Amino acid sequence: MLEQIEGSLGVAKAVALCRPGVVCAYPISPQTHIVENLGKFVKNGELKDCDFLNVESEFSAISVSIGSEVGGARTYTATASQGLLFMTEGIYSASGLGLPIVMTVASRAIGGPINIWNDHSDSLSQRDSGWLQLFCESNQDAVDTHIMAFKIAEKVGLPVMVCMDGFVLTHAFERLDIPSQETVDKFLKPYEPKEYLNTKEPVSIGAMVGPEAFTEVRLLQQRKMAKALDVIEEVTKEYRELTGSKSGGLLDCYNCENADLKLIILGSTVGTAKDEIDRLKAEGINVGIISLKSFRPFPYAAIKEAIGDTKQVICVERAFSFGARGIICPEVKRAVEGTSCDVKTVVAGLGGRPIFGTTINGIVKDALAGKFTEEFTFFDVNADVLNSYTQKHEGVTFNKGPINQSAIEKSVKA
Amino acid sequence: MLQIRLHGRGGQGVVTAAEMLTLAAFYEGHFAQAFPSFGSERTGAPVVAYARIDNKDIRTHEPIQKPNVVLIQDKTLLGSVDVFGGLDPNGFAVINSKDAPEVVVPEIVKMLPKGHVFTVPATDFAMQKIGKPLPGAPMLAALAAVTDILKLESVQKAFQARYPGKIGDANAETAALAYNYIKGE
Repeated sequence: MLEQIEGSLGVAKAVALCRPGVVCAYPISPQTHIVENLGKFVKNGELKDCDFLNVESEFSAISVSIGSEVGGARTYTATASQGLLFMTEGIYSASGLGLPIVMTVASRAIGGPINIWNDHSDSLSQRDSGWLQLFCESNQDAVDTHIMAFKIAEKVGLPVMVCMDGFVLTHAFERLDIPSQETVDKFLKPYEPKEYLNTKEPVSIGAMVGPEAFTEVRLLQQRKMAKALDVIEEVTKEYRELTGSKSGGLLDCYNCENADLKLIILGSTVGTAKDEIDRLKAEGINVGIISLKSFRPFPYAAIKEAIGDTKQVICVERAFSFGARGIICPEVKRAVEGTSCDVKTVVAGLGGRPIFGTTINGIVKDALAGKFTEEFTFFDVNADVLNSYTQKHEGVTFNKGPINQSAIEKSVKA
Repeated sequence: MLQIRLHGRGGQGVVTAAEMLTLAAFYEGHFAQAFPSFGSERTGAPVVAYARIDNKDIRTHEPIQKPNVVLIQDKTLLGSVDVFGGLDPNGFAVINSKDAPEVVVPEIVKMLPKGHVFTVPATDFAMQKIGKPLPGAPMLAALAAVTDILKLESVQKAFQARYPGKIGDANAETAALAYNYIKGE
């Protein structure tokens, strides 16, 4: 049914339609409205047979999620930023134990300095945690991806993080198509855990594994990720056929036919970029967008196919790796290894700095003019703010405009 | 696409007004999107919220820099915040005030086409019917009266859906006062 509601409420409704047995809640902006709404649904009886547990921290939220999933209940929780980091120990346990928890990460910058606004530094910090990480480009995508996530998680036997941009999506009030309970029941059967704690047939879950088998356990986790690539595609196909939705998938291409340049983007920036790409097309500039939906598992083959013959690719990244460079770009380089495709990182939109259509326009024009001469460039940096510090303390000034890695290195030697 | 920027202060229901604006547009079959500027959720602090209305799916999520309409819920912002920044030269402005536009913002009256700047005593109307200084509903009703964007009934229905019962009805009555005030001018 079409509704004009907040993204967070849409996600709460989607999760409720999946009939979770346990929802663990600990508030942290910008995720809070999701679990608040789920709490209301449990209280007013819209969500039946569900234990809504208020816990005292994010560490407890993930711990209780692990416990309830091991006990055989379909389990959901949500977090963001520092809350996600506080969960980290349990996050790795959940994936190692193969527990199909679904968790929303309402992506928000990690402090310090403290910052409540949106970027991808929290979700991408969990790159190697063994969770699937699915990014959403719109609130409709978020609603649908949450429903698919339970099925994907349970088929693969791994937990799924559904990453949606904090505030930009969670707090946006938009038209959403919420599927009916009947449709979701048809799509997602009651949870039947393969293995769970049962007093009648006692087993131990989470025993120690020594050097004799640890490598093999890890290889089996990697094998599940390989399986996940196919499962994401199968589940997306099934969901789309059932609902008519266009959500989900490993990635999505926009205007990619004969594009001179392709941008790889994650999250809500994709929509803003699509509008700008249409305006550029009217100027005769042909740019494609690859909306990367599945960051883990990383769809190397699908990315290679989506890039096709295009010789220039820019990854617009909303987080990076300190002391290294981009996080998305190295993966894309691996995907096109051996071809002549040039792949670079442009960092923009950190800590809530908005990415406007004009930002995308600037990135495209600079890219086509060959101005990105290095792999790693900060694009939307404000030299005045930067110089107000470096000039005063070190007598170092930066030029206006994008700043690349060698400018940063040179400034240290100055 | 029509882009509307709402200015007010924390506690005046600015974000709610933006949401209700889009709910009213939704009732009329449009696509609509509302979102707040984040991080200034303190009572009395300047707050900005945004709304977009279109007849197709709204994909962009950038903050609105070039609004077609600005709604100013608190005229004390006029000297301190650039509330008209980026406003379309053919756009509209609606200001919460009992005084005439020529008195409140003479330079904006000159800048925009004739009959594109309006004032409405939204807080007074809200005090009469709701008993609290919540000017959202009358501001949206004024917008409905000065443009063809929305019908009064849709604005009323939106507030009644969000606040069923007395509060919603009081907002609907306040909206009617503001609508008739503009229409009667």
